[in-house]
Amino acid sequence: MSINLQALSAQLLVGLINGSFYALLSLGLAVIFGMLNIINFAHGAVYMMGAFAAYFLLNIAGIGYWPALILAPLAVGLFGMVMERTMLKWIANLDHLYGLLLTFGLALIIQGVFQNYFGSSGLPYAIPDALKGGMNLGFMFLPIYRGWVVIFSLIVCIATWFLIERTRLGAYLRAATENPTLVRAFGINVPLMITLTYGLGVGLAALAGVLSAPINQVRPLMGADLIIVVFAVVVIGGMGSIMGSIITGFALGIIEGLTKYFYPEASNTVVFVLMVLVLLVKPSGLTGRAA
Amino acid sequence: MTTITENAVPSPRRTVKDEMVAFAIMTALLLVVPLTGVYPFFVMQALCFALLACAFNLLIGYGGLLSFGHAMFLGTAGYCTAHALKVWGLTPELGIIVGVVAAAALSVITGLIAIRRQGIYFAMITLALSQLLFFVYLQTPFTHGEDGIQGIPQGILFGLFNLSKPITLYYVILAGFLLGFLIIYRAINSPFGEVLKAIRENEPRAVSLGYKTDQYKLLAYILSGTLAGFAGALKVFVAQNASLTDVHWTMSGEIVLITLVGGLGTLFGPVVGAFVIIAMQQYLAGFGQWVTVIQGVIFVVCVLTFRRGVIGEIAHYFKRSL
Repeated sequence: MSINLQALSAQLLVGLINGSFYALLSLGLAVIFGMLNIINFAHGAVYMMGAFAAYFLLNIAGIGYWPALILAPLAVGLFGMVMERTMLKWIANLDHLYGLLLTFGLALIIQGVFQNYFGSSGLPYAIPDALKGGMNLGFMFLPIYRGWVVIFSLIVCIATWFLIERTRLGAYLRAATENPTLVRAFGINVPLMITLTYGLGVGLAALAGVLSAPINQVRPLMGADLIIVVFAVVVIGGMGSIMGSIITGFALGIIEGLTKYFYPEASNTVVFVLMVLVLLVKPSGLTGRAA
Repeated sequence: MTTITENAVPSPRRTVKDEMVAFAIMTALLLVVPLTGVYPFFVMQALCFALLACAFNLLIGYGGLLSFGHAMFLGTAGYCTAHALKVWGLTPELGIIVGVVAAAALSVITGLIAIRRQGIYFAMITLALSQLLFFVYLQTPFTHGEDGIQGIPQGILFGLFNLSKPITLYYVILAGFLLGFLIIYRAINSPFGEVLKAIRENEPRAVSLGYKTDQYKLLAYILSGTLAGFAGALKVFVAQNASLTDVHWTMSGEIVLITLVGGLGTLFGPVVGAFVIIAMQQYLAGFGQWVTVIQGVIFVVCVLTFRRGVIGEIAHYFKRSL
């Protein structure tokens, strides 16, 4: 079998980009799960809201891509914090599964509202001028925007890892994950930290949404199927480790890209098949603690 | 921490008499439906979803396992029954058997995989597995992709009952529903059901008593998946088609919603929930995507303020188990 390097590297790049989104989304899920003990089913919906926020900023307020990269995650993160304060907070002492059901309902509401106003087709969002065009790397043509998405996502992932694993704030966070009552006794405002954590996780998803807007277009259902793949990624990687989520996310994106080249029929299902294999071999996930 | 089945009334207070009375009332109401002029198609559809939700409820209400992929059993049985009836030209009873056997086989395979993780992971795994099947059905030729299998002949059951007559079909579907319901009722009240409840309440203790809890959970999962498949096979005769919507994750969500509204862990809750949700969909069909929004709102309201569901609240008020 002869390998077309051009096509292979193009699919690998697509895989890396999808991997960036998997990493950003599963990272947010893991952070939220650590503090709130819920699986945020609305994660796909807030990813979509991030893309729409960028779209609104551009088309209503005339604010371009670069400010949107900060403003959209902030706005959506704030929305997430309101959701946490008004709803998620009240079920904190119940079975984890109620959190899943509640956020599933929220996802239906958010996606349904957007579908009513924008249908199911995609809205275009232009690549910013500074990132237009491409580079010829000899073996492949690299569109600059796509390269930017991969590198920027990687930086954000590493920064989040640093924030949680290496800073004082992160230490409080990890302590509160282990034993919230004790951390509260030290005078640290744990409920506020929970709200901020949810905001951070949701903001990361929204950031992924902004990054994907110029590539995948802005669609109300853009996050609906993606979140199920991310769930499979989380099952494979486990939610015990931040770095584990990042590596698993990128690795699965690359494997998906390779599948698109070598056996395109399976590209939709390869992540799920890998999940089955991992469950058969190592039920607790690659990096996770058994749950 | 309260468990998701907090509304399941503790076993000692259960009285078989209450349940008998409730069952008699339900059966009587369903038997006279064709005389009342209520649109029978609506009731038949609701009965299929009621059986589906009862099967789902067996797993969460008595096993404590939340499956977010029950649509895969509905869809798999639907496709197989539809294929058997239309392409192989089998009789209705054989068609149903084909669908149920397919769902049973699927539940054995997926059960062995999903049962390896608990709680929230179990929900995510079942969701991912059903999405895997969705893509398989999207690509395999026998399901006819986006079109689905249409125009399925209803045939003559046991060579006696002509299912293309609505009134005959209604009583056949009702009989199927009652059969499934009684199987579930029998399972819950058997020693097997008692062990399941013990596992739900305190798994480490059940393990310490020597029960192989994984085997019990797997068995509950297989029973639940098979009965959900039975509901899917029956639904083929009502809808006369089998399509991708039946395997989609939105369908799995709908099953959860039906059970949540009616009352998780209650015997009759899923039946009431099915009638409520299917009626709502009928009346709101003209509102497009707002139906999705309303379903989301019901989810949120139920989780925040109405966790016992309709039947759970009634049972709680009268301090009975239903």
